[in-house]
Amino acid sequence: MSEEALYVGCDVGSSRTKVAVIDAAGRLRGLAVRKSGTDFAATADGCLTEALAMAGGEPGRIARAVSTGYGRMNVRYAQDQRTEIGCHAGGCYHAFPRAITVIDIGGQDNKVIKLDAAGRRTGFKMNRKCAAGTGAFLEEMAARLDIPLERMNAMAERSADMVRLGSFCTVFSATEVLEHIRHGKKIEDIVKGVFYSMIKRIVEMDSLTAEVVMTGGVVAHNPYLVRMMEELIGRPVLVPPHPQFTGAIGAALYARSGFRES
Amino acid sequence: MSEEKKAPRKKLAAAADINRFMRDYYLELDAAARAGSPKIAWCTSVGPAEILRALGFLVYFPETHSAMLGATRMATDLIPEANAIGYSPDICSYLTADIGAFLRGVTPLQKAFGIQSIPRPDVLVYNTNQCRDVQDWFVWYGEKFNAPVLGVHTYRGVDEVTDRHIVSIAKQLEALIPPLEKVAGRRFEMEDLRRAVDLSRQCSELWKQILDTAAARPSPITFFDGTTLMGPAVVGRGTPQAVEVYRKLLEELEERIRRREGAVDEERFRIYWDGMPVWGRLSAHAQLFAALHANVLASTYCNSWIFSALDPNDPITSMARAYTELFIVRSDEAKEEYIRRMLSFFQVDGIIYHDAKTCPNNSNCRYGMPQRLEKETGIPSLIINGDLNDLRLISDEQTKTNVEAFIEQLEERRK
Ligand code: SF4
Repeated sequence: MSEEALYVGCDVGSSRTKVAVIDAAGRLRGLAVRKSGTDFAATADGCLTEALAMAGGEPGRIARAVSTGYGRMNVRYAQDQRTEIGCHAGGCYHAFPRAITVIDIGGQDNKVIKLDAAGRRTGFKMNRKCAAGTGAFLEEMAARLDIPLERMNAMAERSADMVRLGSFCTVFSATEVLEHIRHGKKIEDIVKGVFYSMIKRIVEMDSLTAEVVMTGGVVAHNPYLVRMMEELIGRPVLVPPHPQFTGAIGAALYARSGFRES
Repeated sequence: MSEEKKAPRKKLAAAADINRFMRDYYLELDAAARAGSPKIAWCTSVGPAEILRALGFLVYFPETHSAMLGATRMATDLIPEANAIGYSPDICSYLTADIGAFLRGVTPLQKAFGIQSIPRPDVLVYNTNQCRDVQDWFVWYGEKFNAPVLGVHTYRGVDEVTDRHIVSIAKQLEALIPPLEKVAGRRFEMEDLRRAVDLSRQCSELWKQILDTAAARPSPITFFDGTTLMGPAVVGRGTPQAVEVYRKLLEELEERIRRREGAVDEERFRIYWDGMPVWGRLSAHAQLFAALHANVLASTYCNSWIFSALDPNDPITSMARAYTELFIVRSDEAKEEYIRRMLSFFQVDGIIYHDAKTCPNNSNCRYGMPQRLEKETGIPSLIINGDLNDLRLISDEQTKTNVEAFIEQLEERRK
């Protein structure tokens, strides 16, 4: 183990905190994820310890750390902050260095970010205050259907006759779901309908360019969303190796000196 | 890029004069309301104030009062009062906050100037050139106070302002005069109107010069300053006092330019703001941009009180033109042409559109305008969702992240 410098990115999201550790060559060395909870600073510390252990490094080797996400101001060891929009863009461009549209499905918001071939952002959109299409929406629907969140992906995959949810609003969608339950629809068909409504909310946020990359914890745990997106837009969708960690990796790349030089 | 870094905001000395102007303005109205003389007319912010001044009315503008409800963050609690009597939370939150305040019997004038209530109108005069909500708003008060309500009904989506528009609006303006004479208890004299229009024009010219100082690098003024400095341009047009305070303000800004003193430390990004301000977040937004070395220096909103067409030699016709030429009355083509001119005049790096939930009339980002302008000019844009007065419609965290990410984007373009 050489004593080379390490760079840390910490993404404190509304639901999960993620830490990525990279080396000077941009290689991923350590990862950790925990529930953000209510003490963001402590969670960020815990994630760092875990990710450093995986990297086999000492805290003394950290050359620089950048934080991002909702709780970015609470990370004690970060020297700088970047927005999650910049970091998700950076993390995805690192994996796919060409003109791309990044779709990030987060716990409480979605982002659509466009990058040119040089990795410069040409525009971005965040969804509005509404939870429709976000991880929070999925959680709400899982609760309504009384099924564990982690089983949703497998259930959606099994569906042969998806139900359509027409509404924009989480509360209205919940009512629609109840209607379908009342009419005896199969749960897996309803779950697929919930997935479909999520990706519909996203494609209406902005136009998509040729190459689309999907990231975020929701995508990591529900890969079927990617398949459905591919069907909807009629072309393949790229997913980086660690979709839940794209923001943290992007932050670590910023800590190193930016992602466009990589 | 931390928003926690506090950037000191530089105060303009003339701001104190403007505060005094506003205090005197409201105290005069209050005294008149209590004495029953002079007569008081309520007017919409881009309504025919000059005719009212020519007839000796003191003129009160409910929108400015409602902006105060917003700026003092009283509005959000008051809006539900109006919702409860049938005014939807989706309509103008100036209207709902103002009516809510009246129903609750409160006013920000109390804390600011020791004034107990808004001045009772003898007549209310609107122009729908900005929106229909003002008509509903004035009609409600007209009934409450048993006072006559008069109005000018405008054209909408005007592409090119033609003689046909002008003749029709001028006729409507003339038609206001006989009923107003009756309320005023005096005859209308054209000479008085010429004088009022002349003063209004002077005020407008000075206000334009003040806003145009933002073309300097660095800009000596921000949009957020503008939203409070514009008081006299709205409530004082047609008065000599407004002209006086603006002369002083202009001198101060010109002095700042000579000294190359920017309103924001180390101005790096120059931003244009389209749409209403978020009144309850003026200083928070000013701080947010200043910390990023970005100056929001020009806006459609502050420019809306520039009435270059006013001409004392032809008062009525020129009023008809000035109040129809306004941005808010125009077609998207005319609006885009206007914004393009502003972007190049102020050398803007990026545009922010405020999509105000309760004011579609001032939210110009709903029909593809940002995309069209961005394609034509190459200047990036950002839409932020919010509202003028209803803070329940705002997510500060989202606004902050969006703005910071936008400035990051502008920064990347320079590399
Ligand atoms: S223009 Fe908008 S803010 Fe102004 S009165 Fe009309 S609806 Fe209200």
